[in-house]
Amino acid sequence: MTYRILGGVAAAALFAGAATADEVRVYNWSDYIDESLLEKFEEETGIDLIYDVFDSNEVLETKLLAGGSGYDVVVPSGTFLQRQITAGAFQKLDKSKLPNIENMWSVINDRLTKYDPEAAYAINYMWGTTGLGVNINKVKEVLGEDAPVNSLALVLDPANMEKLASCGVHFLDAPVELIPATLAYIGEDPDSQDLEVIGKTEPVLTAVAPYVQKFHSSEYINALANGDICVAVGWSGDILQARDRAAEADNGVEIEYYAPKEGALMWFDNMAIPVDAPNPEAAHTFLNFIMDAQNMAAASNYVYYANGNEASQEFLEEDVIGDTAIYPDAATLDNLYTTSPYGPKVQRGVTRMWTKIKSGT
Amino acid sequence: MRRFALIAIPYLWLVLLFLAPFLIVLKISLSDAALAIPPYAPTLKDGIGTLIAELDFENFVFLTQDDLYWKAYLSSLRIALISTLLTLLVGYPIAYGMAKAPDEWRATLMMVVILPFWTSFLIRVYAWMGILSNEGLLNQLLIWLGLIGEPLTILNTNTAVYIGIVYTYLPFMILPIYAALDRLDASLDEAAQDLGCTRTQAFWLVTIPLSKNGIVAGCFLVFIPALGEFVIPSLLGGSGTLMIGKVLWEEFFNNRDWPVASAVAIILLLILVIPIVLFQRNQQKQQEAEQ
Repeated sequence: MTYRILGGVAAAALFAGAATADEVRVYNWSDYIDESLLEKFEEETGIDLIYDVFDSNEVLETKLLAGGSGYDVVVPSGTFLQRQITAGAFQKLDKSKLPNIENMWSVINDRLTKYDPEAAYAINYMWGTTGLGVNINKVKEVLGEDAPVNSLALVLDPANMEKLASCGVHFLDAPVELIPATLAYIGEDPDSQDLEVIGKTEPVLTAVAPYVQKFHSSEYINALANGDICVAVGWSGDILQARDRAAEADNGVEIEYYAPKEGALMWFDNMAIPVDAPNPEAAHTFLNFIMDAQNMAAASNYVYYANGNEASQEFLEEDVIGDTAIYPDAATLDNLYTTSPYGPKVQRGVTRMWTKIKSGT
Repeated sequence: MRRFALIAIPYLWLVLLFLAPFLIVLKISLSDAALAIPPYAPTLKDGIGTLIAELDFENFVFLTQDDLYWKAYLSSLRIALISTLLTLLVGYPIAYGMAKAPDEWRATLMMVVILPFWTSFLIRVYAWMGILSNEGLLNQLLIWLGLIGEPLTILNTNTAVYIGIVYTYLPFMILPIYAALDRLDASLDEAAQDLGCTRTQAFWLVTIPLSKNGIVAGCFLVFIPALGEFVIPSLLGGSGTLMIGKVLWEEFFNNRDWPVASAVAIILLLILVIPIVLFQRNQQKQQEAEQ
């Protein structure tokens, strides 16, 4: 008897799920939202939110290009967005369902047109820079008081890296971040698409790779915060999160973020709706919810990344809007560069070079 | 007719779960990468004629032109072999101890061996990250004991990969060896000693050869999955850990080159077929011996 009742309930639940299907599946970067926003969305809209995370653009792209990812909202970065638009992975946004789009910030919208020329497929979620996360006390202990913490020389000069290896260095496992940075360090165009120019970074990176404890794109947040490593080449907000986690844990670890003086990569993470999204209606509802000034401010206050939402700025906390590591001043902004996607042949060369740098083969 | 049905079920299983996926992967490995959904061309939509006309072995040729691939295969083979040996060295004494333990303990001991499976594999590997890291439990313990002054770097090295593989696959080694030892007649050992063997000699000359089947089964059960292992090297290994699982991942995710990735997978399968066939033969011989 119990079985039958249970079976009935299960069938009813299944049927209800299938009938209303009012759920939205969001695939976002890890550690990238204030999770209370997720509950708020469910309460306000009555739509079930299924929230899933990734830590590399490559994983997202593979799912999108395989087709039938099952997600309604995804968050690719600029260059990946551009390539995925070309591959036909997204549907055009229906702006009539997105009244909050007027909150968006024209400065960021303009920069985004490099990747989404007609501004038809994506809205900016967060943006930031790629730079150096430094455990300030440990680094000064190892390299002395005048350690070049605001320069790429810290991680690209073998003399410094040899000493830093003892306290641990992580690099992002992303050639699209490290190669432009190395190009900027050696004085080449960071956005070079020429394999010969890109090849000039190989000896520089190969010289420091043996001192890199790990190439990974998300572990460094915890590793920095726990004091397991003393330097990370990583994304601004992630490093600022590590700074805050360390401060909360009160473990004597003090982390600072520096955008390198040689120039820093500026990137944009954007929300888009896959062409085969099961519930595009709910996806628009979610995008509109995110573009609400207060919601967007809550997300930025939590993850320490700048957003592309101008109206949200009045709700940002002082340690976010006032921090030049997050909202750079005009001088730093001038020193930021953006990159374009690599073509298939250049991409293969880059990946191969990256493997060679990391593993020596 | 009944006999046919009996044979048909396992064959259907084989065709559905092995042959069909294999043919799909093979087909992709003969295609070219493209910026589309799915990211290769030609597909079935282009019609059978174009499909067949455009398939070629280009990707397999490519694999021979770059030393990365055979180095990764060799390195995987080496890591899998060493881990298998280590697992055997750790697993055999445990299995031996279990087989020699009093009857009433055996069920409990068996339970203890299987117990780790109750927790997710991924969580257990993550737990090792906490144990092996520079500020981790192991280093803290060793420093507290005064054995070392500076923390040892174990995490993100090949050593950590070996520890992870040995730990994860240990039950697969213990269980078949235990099964073989358990069936062993204790009087054989006594007879050997009566006939002048020392206990050590009796162990090497009688017990080990008679548990050979268990050892072989255990080694294959560890070696085969360790060869294609991806999770353990990517979580515990460092940048110098070169394994074919990671190369495969890079082809799929970083290069978006499904055809080359599929070619890598096909070759991995071919490499694995040899030990699998050997294993199959061994099993067959064992069955025949028992009959």
